[in-house]
Amino acid sequence: MKNIKLKHWRTALAIFGLMVITISCERGFSDDVELATFNPNGEIFTDIPIGLNDSVFISFDPATGANVEGFDVDNDVAFEGSSSIRIDVPTPNDPEGGYIGGIFKDRGAGRDLTGYDALTFWAKGSTTATVGTFGFGTDFAENKYAVEINDVELSTTWKKIIIPIPDPSKLVQEKGMFLFAAGTQSTNGVGFTFWMDEMRFEKLGTLGQPRPAILGGQDQTAQINIGTSLPLSNLTQTYNLPNGLDVTTSCTPAYFDFETSNPFVASVDEGGVVTVDGPGEIDPETGLVDNTSVITGYMGGVLASGSLTVQSVDIDVISIFSDLYANVPVDNYNGFYFDGFQTTLGGAIEENGNNIIDYTEMNFVAIEFYGREGSGVPPVDASDMTQLHIDIRVNETVDPSDFFRIELFNNFTTGNQVAGSFTISGSELLSNEWVEFDIPLSSFAGLSAQDALGAFIFVTDGTIANVSLDNIYFFNEN
Amino acid sequence: MKNRILNTKIKSGLIYSLLCVGIMVLITNCDPDETQTVAQFNNLSWHDEFEVDGAPNSAMWTYDIGIGDNGWGNNELQYYTSRPENVVVEDGMLKITAIQESFEGSGYTSARLLTKGLFEQQYGRFEARMKLPYGKGMWPAFWLLGSNIDEVSWPFCGEIDVMENGGSNPTIVSGAVHGPGYSGGNPIKKEYAFENSRADEFHIYGIEWGPSYINFYVDDVLYNQITPESLDAKDVDRSNWVFDNGPFYMLINLAVGGNFDGNPNADTVFPQTMYVDYVRVFSAN
Repeated sequence: MKNIKLKHWRTALAIFGLMVITISCERGFSDDVELATFNPNGEIFTDIPIGLNDSVFISFDPATGANVEGFDVDNDVAFEGSSSIRIDVPTPNDPEGGYIGGIFKDRGAGRDLTGYDALTFWAKGSTTATVGTFGFGTDFAENKYAVEINDVELSTTWKKIIIPIPDPSKLVQEKGMFLFAAGTQSTNGVGFTFWMDEMRFEKLGTLGQPRPAILGGQDQTAQINIGTSLPLSNLTQTYNLPNGLDVTTSCTPAYFDFETSNPFVASVDEGGVVTVDGPGEIDPETGLVDNTSVITGYMGGVLASGSLTVQSVDIDVISIFSDLYANVPVDNYNGFYFDGFQTTLGGAIEENGNNIIDYTEMNFVAIEFYGREGSGVPPVDASDMTQLHIDIRVNETVDPSDFFRIELFNNFTTGNQVAGSFTISGSELLSNEWVEFDIPLSSFAGLSAQDALGAFIFVTDGTIANVSLDNIYFFNEN
Repeated sequence: MKNRILNTKIKSGLIYSLLCVGIMVLITNCDPDETQTVAQFNNLSWHDEFEVDGAPNSAMWTYDIGIGDNGWGNNELQYYTSRPENVVVEDGMLKITAIQESFEGSGYTSARLLTKGLFEQQYGRFEARMKLPYGKGMWPAFWLLGSNIDEVSWPFCGEIDVMENGGSNPTIVSGAVHGPGYSGGNPIKKEYAFENSRADEFHIYGIEWGPSYINFYVDDVLYNQITPESLDAKDVDRSNWVFDNGPFYMLINLAVGGNFDGNPNADTVFPQTMYVDYVRVFSAN
C-alpha cells in the first residue's frame, strides 16, 4: 500500500513538474535588462559577523560623547550557538564617552534586501533598561533609507526584536545593516550590559496593515511665503506585528513618493522638502486665484495619513517664532521676571514635531529680543512691516471675560521706550484650538515708533493660565 | 480502529486531490486562486460568489438585527443592522463592516448574516474564502447552528464554528464545536497558527462534516478532526454528540467586543471590514 502510494506521488510529481515548465506564465526579461546582482544574504550576526566591515562596529563620532570601548563579541552568552554581541552601556560620566552607539556596515557593495520584510534579532539586558534607538539603513554616507525604532525596553530574558522594513522594494543595495544608540537615561545613570544574537533580515510574512504617515498623521495648513522651503517632518510607517501590537518606525523621505495637487503653487522633492513656487493660477471656473496646494505622500502605493495644505502668500516677514520662516535671534521666549511677581512657567517646546511656545501658570510673560545683559541680539527694525501675526491656543476652558493682552515695546528698557498694546478678548479665543490673528501694528495704541522693537509682554492676569503660542511674526503683504 | 481507517482514507484522498488540484491550477491559471481540497463531497449544493453588487441575495441570506440578549449571549457591543454601511456586496465580495458610531444605544454597528430557513444541510463540505479584520475586539466568525435550535434550544442543537478569530491575534484562528456539556467557554476547540501569513490576508476556512466526524481545514491544511470520542476529554458522554441529528444552517458575522477577544482598545482602528470572496457548500454525490 505504501509502495503504491509512493509510486503515485512520483508520477504525480513528474506531471506537476512538467506542467510548470511548459505551461506556467512566461514573464521573461528582455536582453536589454541588466539585472542587479547585489548580495541577497540577510544574515548579519549568528555566531560570527556575516559579511560586515572588518571592524564590525563603527561608532558614532567620539566627539559627540560616543564611547568606542563598549562593543564586544561575548563567547559566554548566546541565544543560539556559542556567542553573541555584547554592548556595555557606559555611565554619563565615563571619561571614554557617556553613551554608546554606531552601525554595522556591509563590507561589500551593499545587499539586496527586497526579499525580506524585517530586521530581527534577539536581545536581553543585564537589567530591564530601555535602549534609545535600534535601526538600520544608516551607512554613514547618504543614510538614504534610514529606519529607527525608539525606546525599546529590554527584558532580562531573551526577547525577539522586530523592526519592519517600511517598504522592502526600496532596498536593492543597502549597506546600513544595523544601528543602535544607548545611554543610561532609563537607569538613572547606572551602566548596564545588553546582548544581541541571531541578527538577520527575515521574511516573516506575519506583518500586516501598513499605515504610513507624514507630519505625524496630522492634516496641517500653512500660509507660506513664495520662495520658502520647509521639510516634511515626522515621517513614519506602522505595521501590525504577529502578536497583534503595532510598531511604528520613523523613516527617511526616500521611502515615500510625494505629490503636490497644484504645481503652480508648491512642489515637493524626493527629499520631502516642500517649496512654495508661485501664487497659483486663476481657476477658470470661479475666476478666483487658486493659491492652495495639498502635499501628500505614498509608501508602497499606500496613501500616507497626514497632509500639508499650502496657501501661498507673498509677504515680507520678520519672524520671531515660527517653523515656516527663518527666525531672527531672540534673547528668550520667557523673560522670567520672577522678582516682578511673574508666575508664568514654560517657553519653547516641541509638540508632535512642531515647535510651539507653551506657558503655564500664566499671569504675564515676556519675549525679549533687545540684547538683554549685553547678549548682542539686535532690536527688530519693523519700519516696513504693517501687521503682527500670532496663533493662540488656550489650553483650558475660556470665558468671554478672559483676555490676552499683547504689549509691544520699541527701544525697550531705554530712555526712548514707547509701548503699545492690543487686547484679545476671551470671546475671540477657543478652548484647545488654534486661532490665528493678523493684527495691524497701527492697532497697538501708543506705539509711536517701530524701528527698534525689543520685546513682547503678554498679560492675562491669570484669566488664562495655560496657553500655547505659535507663528509670531511681523509682515507686510506685497 | 474505525477512526484510524477513516483517517488513512481521508489522508490518501487528500493527497491525491491536492495533487490534482495543484496540477489543474497551474495548467489553467497564471495567478492561482487558493483552492480547497474536496475529499469526498464533490456536489456543489449551494454557493454564493457575491458577484452582484448591492444588498446580499435575499433568497440566500437573512439577518439577525439588534443586540440580542446580553450582547448575543457573549457581552458583544455591536448593534447588528442590514444597512449598506454594515453589509454590502461589491467588488465581487461580501463586505461586513464594523463601525464605531452611536446607534440605538450601542457604540458600534456591524452585521450578522444567516441562511436559516433558506438553506440548511446535514453533512458536507462548508467553506468560505475570507480576509478578516484586525485589531483588539474584532471577532469575525463563520459558523453553523443546528436547524432544530427553536425546538431543542442551544446548545442541544449543536454549533460548529468553522472559523473564529480574535483581532488581537492576527496569526491565530480556531475551529470548535459546542453541544450539551461542552459549550460557551468550554467548547471542543483547536487553534491554527499561520506560520508566515496572517488572518487579515485571504484564506480558505472549511469543514468536512460526515457521520461521527468533523474535519477542520485552513487552506489545504487539515488541522483537526473532532469525533464523538473527542467528548471523552470533556468527561461528556458520547451520546451528547449532536451532529448526526439533522441539518444545520450557516452564519457569518463580525462581532465587536465580548467574551472572545475582549473589547476594543484605543489602538483598534475603525471601521474594520471582513471580506468574504465566496461561500460554497458541497454534499456527497
